[in-house]
Amino acid sequence: MRQGRERVGYQLIVVSVLVLIAAVLASLSLGATGITLSALGRVLHAYVFGSTDAERVTEQLVLLDIRLPRTLLGVFVGAALAVSGAMMQGLFRNPLADPGIVGVSSGAALAAVATIALGNSLAAPWTKAFGVYALPFAAFLGGFLTTTLLVLIAGRRGQLMVGTLLLAGIAIGAMSGALTGLIAYASDDRELRDLTLWSLGSLSGASWPKVMAILPFMAIIFLALPRVTRALNGFLLGEAEAFHLGIDVERMKWLIIFATAASVGAAVAVAGIVGFVGIVVPHFIRLIAGPDHRFVLPCSALLGAALLLLADVIARLAVRPAELPLGIVMAAIGAPVFLHLVLRRGVGGLE
Amino acid sequence: MLKVSSLAPAGLVCALALAVMTSVTSAQTEKPGAAPPSAVVAIGGDITEILYAIGAEKRIVAVDATSQFPPEALQEKKNVGYMRALSTEGVLSVNGDLIIASDRAGPPDVVKALKSAPVKYIEIADDFSPGSIANKVQQVARAVGLDAAGESLAARIGRDFDKLAELRKQIKRPLRVLFLLNVANGRATVGGAQSSADAILKLAGAENAAATVTGYKPVSDEALVEIRPDAVVGMRRSGSGHETDQIASIKGLSTSPAVKNNRILQMDGLYLLGFGPRSPAAALDLMRWLYPELPFAQTGHRQ
Repeated sequence: MRQGRERVGYQLIVVSVLVLIAAVLASLSLGATGITLSALGRVLHAYVFGSTDAERVTEQLVLLDIRLPRTLLGVFVGAALAVSGAMMQGLFRNPLADPGIVGVSSGAALAAVATIALGNSLAAPWTKAFGVYALPFAAFLGGFLTTTLLVLIAGRRGQLMVGTLLLAGIAIGAMSGALTGLIAYASDDRELRDLTLWSLGSLSGASWPKVMAILPFMAIIFLALPRVTRALNGFLLGEAEAFHLGIDVERMKWLIIFATAASVGAAVAVAGIVGFVGIVVPHFIRLIAGPDHRFVLPCSALLGAALLLLADVIARLAVRPAELPLGIVMAAIGAPVFLHLVLRRGVGGLE
Repeated sequence: MLKVSSLAPAGLVCALALAVMTSVTSAQTEKPGAAPPSAVVAIGGDITEILYAIGAEKRIVAVDATSQFPPEALQEKKNVGYMRALSTEGVLSVNGDLIIASDRAGPPDVVKALKSAPVKYIEIADDFSPGSIANKVQQVARAVGLDAAGESLAARIGRDFDKLAELRKQIKRPLRVLFLLNVANGRATVGGAQSSADAILKLAGAENAAATVTGYKPVSDEALVEIRPDAVVGMRRSGSGHETDQIASIKGLSTSPAVKNNRILQMDGLYLLGFGPRSPAAALDLMRWLYPELPFAQTGHRQ
């Protein structure tokens, strides 16, 4: 049985890699302009030898400056959200846990909403200092500060109390929600429209500076993953059991919380609020390969990225030359699939 | 769509990422062009309206979702979506040679990317003043090489606003008018100070009864009792003819002079608040309704 599970796990990793490669290629090839990867050769030639031909310049712009950064951001956002979801569910031993629970999303959303709505008044110095990056920075900071506050509350007796963290997270989430509502109430028509659109998520506006800004967070996830895998498997049995397995429980809890805050804060900052990935993808994997985090974490990253890219391709093609918000597409393709899985196989893995 | 023959360079693409980053900003922005642009992307309802008004509609290739006047704009041209949620590749995919966009277009990253694309990008600023409308007309006309048509339209708009100003001087007692953006579940959203409704009310010689709030805000019944407007202007939406009754049935307005004297007007939202070439006509229509005693010339500039 155990051997079988393991084989399924390795197979799933291979399949996930292939799916992600296909998704990346689709994301680079498909778009409103109808330019495909077959133009890449011409573009590279023009890039190396220099060309002023307008068509080449457009192809270069679309392939290298629009779709490539957008694809990379999509990979990051999808992987970050799915892995954070998997880690949270493992840490709280609760199949419904989601990064939103530790206040990351609500704090990030509050900061982002404040930047959108107060950009011309109270927050003017902030927007002036950071220009177009004011929003991502604010979202990241907001998420990070909320998480730090929560961890301070839940960890004030020297050890991180998961129950307190959960309850304080709900309270702080409600508070951020109220403040966000207050700002929405005070904003004008146009700002309200911006707020709505932002909260539906989008990868449009991807650029190289954004990709560069996201790289450190990507590194955090990759460094943290191998370290927390064994701990999360230990947590499956319970905290005390994990301790007896020789796992430094407290340190691992902190590491998981901060890795989640960093990655989700950064994801919200570049893409707005994209729900669903963090719950659906890890569950899907547990249903197939079981709860072993050696498979759940890497497969979550790979398939989360692939799912997000797929949703983004649909978002940009469905109503071209306009674009659908990513969150809508994500829910529309993810929810039915998930419901089907749950109905057929029950809530797997963590039950 | 996915071409197998072109899949090989996947790794190459990643390797290229670094090289590209240094060069992205060097894309050319300016295009020397003696020939007038023939494929214009109009982003902003007022800009589309101006292009139609100066007879440049044949040159428009795509508009944004706010371009609802004239109605054929959205029927005949491609739609690049809502002006504050544009997509870089979407806008480029219509193969325009000139983008004329309101300075309210967004999101900022997309606007920035479009400005660095090899398509000319002209940004048109706007505040809700008569001067800025004429300015917009001239800028847009110049961009498509129809300077003369632009000048004459701008001059006409200027004259119309002058006429309005003269008429305003003859108003003896300015009326206090309330603008209602909508009435949802019996709750009224009013146009306060600094809103576009406030600007048009002033142009029509009225006093904004809701000047104590800023922007478009929902207001409680009790606050409406305080406001006591002499007249109410509501926004007409297509497909609902009974909104006048709805306005009259708002409790907070039932004691106001507006409801008692049945001074309730429904006007098309885009016409009234679009701040395009039809703006003087909209203000004049409103003024005509508010102050029928004024010596109006026999015709306005209805379109």
